[in-house]
Amino acid sequence: MIVEKQEILAKLRQQLLEMQGYKSLPEASGNSFGLGPIESCFPTSTFPTGTIHEFLAESPEEAAASEGFMTGLLSKLMENGRSCLWISQERKLFPPSLEIFGADPQHIIFIDLNYKKDILWVLEEALKCEGLACVIAELPDVDFAQSRRLQLVTEKSHVTGFILRKRSKSRISATACTARWAIKPYPSATINNLPGVGNPRWEINLIKVKNAEGGTFLLEWADNRFLPVESSHPVVLKEVKEKIA
Amino acid sequence: MSRYLSIYFPNLLTDRLAIRKPELKDTCYVFTMSQKNRMMVTASSRQAEKQGIHVPMVLADAKALVPDILAFDEKIDFNQKLLFRIAKWAIRYSPNVAVELPDGIVLDSTGCAHLFGGEEKYLKNILSKLEQFGYYCLGGLSDSIGTSWAIARFGHKLPIIPSGQQYNALLNLPPVALRLTQPVIERLHKLGFDKIGKFIQMPASILRRRFGTEMLSRLGQALGTEEEAFTPIIFKAPYQERLVCLEPIKTRSAIEIGIEKLLELLCKRLSKEGQGIRLADLQCYRLDGKITEIQIGTNQSTHNIKHLTKLFGLKIDKIAPGLGIELLILTASKTEQVLIEQEKLWGGNFGLEDQNLAQLLDRLAGKVGHQAIKRYIPQAHYWPERSLRQAITLDEKTEIKWQKANPRPMEMLHKPAAIKVTAPIPDYPPLSFRYKEELHWVKKADGPERIEQEWWLSQGEHRDYYILEDDKGCRYWVFRSGHYNEDTSEWFLHGFFA
Repeated sequence: MIVEKQEILAKLRQQLLEMQGYKSLPEASGNSFGLGPIESCFPTSTFPTGTIHEFLAESPEEAAASEGFMTGLLSKLMENGRSCLWISQERKLFPPSLEIFGADPQHIIFIDLNYKKDILWVLEEALKCEGLACVIAELPDVDFAQSRRLQLVTEKSHVTGFILRKRSKSRISATACTARWAIKPYPSATINNLPGVGNPRWEINLIKVKNAEGGTFLLEWADNRFLPVESSHPVVLKEVKEKIA
Repeated sequence: MSRYLSIYFPNLLTDRLAIRKPELKDTCYVFTMSQKNRMMVTASSRQAEKQGIHVPMVLADAKALVPDILAFDEKIDFNQKLLFRIAKWAIRYSPNVAVELPDGIVLDSTGCAHLFGGEEKYLKNILSKLEQFGYYCLGGLSDSIGTSWAIARFGHKLPIIPSGQQYNALLNLPPVALRLTQPVIERLHKLGFDKIGKFIQMPASILRRRFGTEMLSRLGQALGTEEEAFTPIIFKAPYQERLVCLEPIKTRSAIEIGIEKLLELLCKRLSKEGQGIRLADLQCYRLDGKITEIQIGTNQSTHNIKHLTKLFGLKIDKIAPGLGIELLILTASKTEQVLIEQEKLWGGNFGLEDQNLAQLLDRLAGKVGHQAIKRYIPQAHYWPERSLRQAITLDEKTEIKWQKANPRPMEMLHKPAAIKVTAPIPDYPPLSFRYKEELHWVKKADGPERIEQEWWLSQGEHRDYYILEDDKGCRYWVFRSGHYNEDTSEWFLHGFFA
């Protein structure tokens, strides 16, 4: 009886989440994003697709780190040959670098605009297009009404949307996005302390998640996939390095 | 049976000047041109003609008749330009309009007159419109171009000749009305043939012997037994639809309805022939004689009415209807075979060939312009700025691979920013650098990666690139321009790594 009850409860919870706009990847594809402990932060225990994520970046260094992390996610979303739209104002992104994070730059269509309202229009219009893997928009500010509108569009079309807020002025404002991230660069580690720069490493701050708790994590991009770094403590780092070796 | 309307402008140039300068109306003035050291009158106003000044006449003679006559210089081929403009305006009355130098236009009015309530009203409508503009004109409507031409210029009774009545209409006209060359006309005059009726019944063999084959062909053309070439100023495009508005329209919703109706007609034809639109023009003929035009383009040929209506909908704002639009013409200026939409068994095609994506990009291009949409493909160059180029089409592919051996920064500055650097040993990475008033201590570094200038493309120093990581873990791409030199070495920050 108790088992049955729990099953029913789990099912109801799942239904509740789906009503709130959480759509997990279709089971057939079965690919995890390999985010490790981060994924357990989400109510569905997988990285939620078909919804809006927002990334905060204060400096160009943080923007670059966010773009790296986003591209890593993008590579998984674009796995079945889908294409992606990258909407921006004064874009600095260098397309060849996307290849390092597993996304084919040729499948990404860049839209360079001059006005913020154009970005919003294009973003909404693109999110409506079901064939797209993901839509990324560099948008400094987005308010609650705007984000709610975008969120409603994605719930219908199941397209994932990333909003990169570079040097946002009103960062405290609430938005209807599923998750709010802040990605910061983190000192890389080289094998056996050899000279040179190691694989890209980031401090991932999951500031807000709808219906769940966020947290801070360390992540590395190695061999075309995310590799969770166990602890940020420098002593432990050494062990991690050996593990990688 | 074909019907042709010929319109004759006896005072084309002078009327035009009177439109420009209303104070000249009802005065004597002429256009002149220097010919063999004499100033010859090439066009005269109606008032001047009443005084007996005709073309050709020497200006001095004209001045003898009217001492205070005004003379203007004629611009070469201006009448041709003017006739072409009038012909373009007249397209609202018939899709096929031709210019007849030096002083008229011809409309192929076959099947057009009933739209205006019969031939009489049709003719009256055109002539009164032209008169309103200020052009004095005469018309002739018959089965052949030749007879219409003759009636417009020499007919004094009814301008409309019923079908098949060319013979009777020509009988009383002078031989000049046959568009014959000067020597033939002179010979006819010498022989006393002052009317066409006097020789039209002569056997063909005699006419040919006396006046050459020209006479026979001109007679045939006037009677309609011989085909005459008709070269319209604008050839009707293979995919074109017209919509004549009963009342001039100027509201957005009216224009939308018009566009939708035209698209329905056009797309029905296109889909039958397996064609799709790549480029389409909508021309709006306004009441005041101006034409406004909008154009749409698509990334993938399509005959989807809904999609095309949406694309036009984005551009309707650019139509200035003025006092109202009389005629809408939709032309598919570029068509291509359409890809057959296939029902997919295993989910849709989500790549760049996806139709939804192509339609989305069409809509975006309609709103923000084509130049905003970019796709990049690799180019075989090492110089970072040149290692990629914009793809021309949505599905353009290249054999060249992105270079993966050396990492490239996530964000790259369009113009490298100058930085101050402490680099004690040649060819070693810097110890620290200062960028935007902030000091960065370098903890880890990679490099140098030397990238030479491609001398066949541009001149300048080579670059030695280093990847630097500072104490906070931020990663940068910096380079030294040229060889190491303590005093003159210049360092730049070029990008940020993830």
